[in-house]
Amino acid sequence: MSTAAVTIAGCCVITAAIKAAGPIALGGRELPTWFTSVVILLSPALLAALVATQAFAEGDRLALNADTVGIAAGGLAIWRTESIIACVVVAAAATAAVRTL
Amino acid sequence: MSAIVFAGSAQFASVSIIAAGGGAGAAVAAASLMNSRFLPMSAAVGPSLSGGPLKRAAKGQAVVDASWAMSSRGDGSFDEHLLLGASAIAYVTWVTGTAVGAIWGDKLGDPDALGLDAIFPAFFFGLLLNELHSGRARGVAALGAAIAVALVPIAPPGIPVLVASLASLLGLTRRARADMQLRQEAEGEPR
Repeated sequence: MSTAAVTIAGCCVITAAIKAAGPIALGGRELPTWFTSVVILLSPALLAALVATQAFAEGDRLALNADTVGIAAGGLAIWRTESIIACVVVAAAATAAVRTL
Repeated sequence: MSAIVFAGSAQFASVSIIAAGGGAGAAVAAASLMNSRFLPMSAAVGPSLSGGPLKRAAKGQAVVDASWAMSSRGDGSFDEHLLLGASAIAYVTWVTGTAVGAIWGDKLGDPDALGLDAIFPAFFFGLLLNELHSGRARGVAALGAAIAVALVPIAPPGIPVLVASLASLLGLTRRARADMQLRQEAEGEPR
């Protein structure tokens, strides 16, 4: 099987299991505080890592290039407008603009 | 993938890791960690769902961030119909959007020239800012970013992002747990 097929199958099974586990296994029981406390911090950690690696890395080396500028512009856009759509559009436009230079 | 996984940030995370040259294992692991937040979310919804265990597990599949937030009544219980309805609409638009992109995406021309490769990280940036409501979340985000960037030159693709998830262990400090306790009590979650 291709990497894509394995990835999709794996994501599918695990996501379904995670979503089903809540209502069945835990039905009504409270998750331990330490667990929830870590889980809610997983998203910011992973998202920040994804943003940082895509902004500052090219393959296995660190590099500043057009998408670094674009992502920074997108960050600025969302900070000013609080709109994810504005953020995405500005990031793409800024990256494209830098590439035409 | 949109049709059967139906979890945007996890889909994007796994696709990004593969695009960066990472393997299927790293991609699935990152997506699973990203989706682990659905465990407490679906557990919170559990008592509000009707039907037997199998039926509740099936309904639990409808849990996505938007529908979960919309159907929360604010007292720890959830509106089951709003949850299922909001997810149904989100599902149809999500899958349709993916299909449109897959069919007509080629017609757009060179994605790099249009700066489209900046869309993923910009979108993550947007999701990230929504998560930064506490000083602790900001600290964890900064630490995660630092770990990932530091590991890029020395670790295989996909691994830096996974290791960065360890930053969430800051949630184990006594203060983080105390805050969580307070928050759960304030939300009046069902016990």
